[in-house]
Amino acid sequence: MTAVDARPGRVEVHGVHKSFGAHEVLHGVDLVVEPGSVTVVLGPSGSGKSTLLRSINHLETVDRGYVALDGELVGYRRRGDVLHELKERELLRQRTRFGFVFQSFNLFPHLTALENVVEAPVSAQGRNRREVEAEARELLARVGLADKAGAHPRQLSGGQQQRVAIARALAMKPAVLLFDEPTSALDPELVGEVLSVITDLARTGTTMIVVTHEIGFARQAADRIVFMDEGRIVEQGTPAQVLDDPQHERTKAFLAKVL
Amino acid sequence: MTLLEHRPVAEANPYEGLRVVKARHPGRWAATAVVAVLLAMVANSLITNPRWEWGVVWAYLGEVSIVEGVWMTIKLTLITAVLGFALGTVLALMRLSQSPLLRAVSWGYTWVFRSVPLILQLLLWYNLAYLYQTLDVGIPFGPSFASFETLSLIDKFGAAILGLGLHQAAYSAEIVRAGILSVDQGQHEAAASLGIPRRRQSTRIVLPQAMRTIVPTAVNEVIGLFKGTSIVYVLALGELFYTVSVIYGRTQRVLPMLVVAAIWYVVLTTVVTVIQFYVERYYARGAVRTLPPTPLQRLRGNLTAGLARVRSTSGQDPVTR
Ligand SMILES: Nc1ncnc2c1ncn2[C@@H]1O[C@H](COP(=O)(O)OP(=O)(O)OP(=O)(O)O)[C@@H](O)[C@H]1O
Ligand SMILES: [Mg+2]
Repeated sequence: MTAVDARPGRVEVHGVHKSFGAHEVLHGVDLVVEPGSVTVVLGPSGSGKSTLLRSINHLETVDRGYVALDGELVGYRRRGDVLHELKERELLRQRTRFGFVFQSFNLFPHLTALENVVEAPVSAQGRNRREVEAEARELLARVGLADKAGAHPRQLSGGQQQRVAIARALAMKPAVLLFDEPTSALDPELVGEVLSVITDLARTGTTMIVVTHEIGFARQAADRIVFMDEGRIVEQGTPAQVLDDPQHERTKAFLAKVL
Repeated sequence: MTLLEHRPVAEANPYEGLRVVKARHPGRWAATAVVAVLLAMVANSLITNPRWEWGVVWAYLGEVSIVEGVWMTIKLTLITAVLGFALGTVLALMRLSQSPLLRAVSWGYTWVFRSVPLILQLLLWYNLAYLYQTLDVGIPFGPSFASFETLSLIDKFGAAILGLGLHQAAYSAEIVRAGILSVDQGQHEAAASLGIPRRRQSTRIVLPQAMRTIVPTAVNEVIGLFKGTSIVYVLALGELFYTVSVIYGRTQRVLPMLVVAAIWYVVLTTVVTVIQFYVERYYARGAVRTLPPTPLQRLRGNLTAGLARVRSTSGQDPVTR
């Protein structure tokens, strides 16, 4: 046994199965993400990447298998051999340990950028509003939007909206950040500004799991790359291993298409 | 074209100094004239036909019993609207809940209260005392702490409020539900992924966005209520229409009294319409990039634009600027 890493943010996925109706989307996924590491998930459309990410913070309930964060089961409490589903309150508390960044931003359109960032720390973590506001302004400055605090989402460009969404996720001080194709709804010239924010974050030691099609970003920022196909993890390793010397036929075919 | 040829394009704007003549619209002028003549005819008949009895209308418009009737109409409408939408919101949330029983009860409520005519419901509530002589407050199936005479609790006014409010709730529930459904699924997910508590998700994230869809239909309902309250004349409750009908029953001045009521209803509706504009503007924050101007702002904008135009034509400035 290796020594347990003291830093928070270790994610374990064990034998996760998930079906929508009769259609099984995840066929037993196993994945361990070390604290502070950056994992990039690659794979063709429909391979179950989003479903896996959403299962990790329990936006989807899994049918079989489990997900754990720092040894604590997500969505369940274990008593002996029985798993008890968590109450809504506890589940919401657990969710605050994950930050989720959506492909379509999902900012709250009726709130300003600042209010978007402030909302959850105040209402979910019960923190002092004034203190959170000061922090939120710092976060907005960090993603390069210090002057946009009072703007509503629809007054911002796509890239700016996604950066607000990242600041909103960071405001909860999550142990793990989950990104689901954060740049695929953006015009090509806006992709860079969002990726550079994410790359900066990667250096701060927050655990990150990023679903993306940006191979350049994966090569530069990832510690590990996971390749998924048809609901299974087909191959994983360092960027050099997976991108330059893929072993599996499916990986080779996929990379030949996107590179 | 000679003008353009011996002047290089980059040097100066070749269209500078040209005069603009606005397009003429003869069809529009003709239509305007026809409508103006029709309006003049209507106005003429209203003023010159003595049977309108404008003197009587004027005398009764501010009469004490009429004003009291108006006040009763306002009270009925506001209380009913608040009760209806509060209960309606609860019903809508029940309808969208995970519990099959809550969903079924909400569905059943809407079904029953939309099916039975309002006039029937009002009479049923008014006659509730016949079914239950006393109403008890206490533990269900257990002892009661207090007991009230039904008749003293549900008088005419109470029956009117109950009847109108519960009926309105059934319609409001659907309006609120439609509003909630119009909010993007991603908003619920984002709120859940941030760990925002359930109740707060509804009040802070979903309902404010739903309001944009809810408000126009809701105002429609409130306007409908203002006029719809006249149905409680079956309970002989002194709201505007009942008061008016009592007066013309006494004086036989039917037409002028109907005009009095009509004027008051128009006034009430107008006030609600003005309020609607500002409420909609409030909930449009963030939904549109720039808010529409208020009438005052538009008036000011038109005035300055008009003044500028007058000044530029009198000063022979090029219009293109
Ligand atoms: N809520 C749902 N109901 C039914 N089927 C679903 C649902 N969500 C996803 N699926 C199906 O599950 C499969 C995997 O979807 P998923 O969104 O995880 O793919 P993905 O790898 O993220 O694809 P993409 O790269 O296009 O985003 C797809 O076949 C999809 O149709
Ligand atoms: Mg996806």
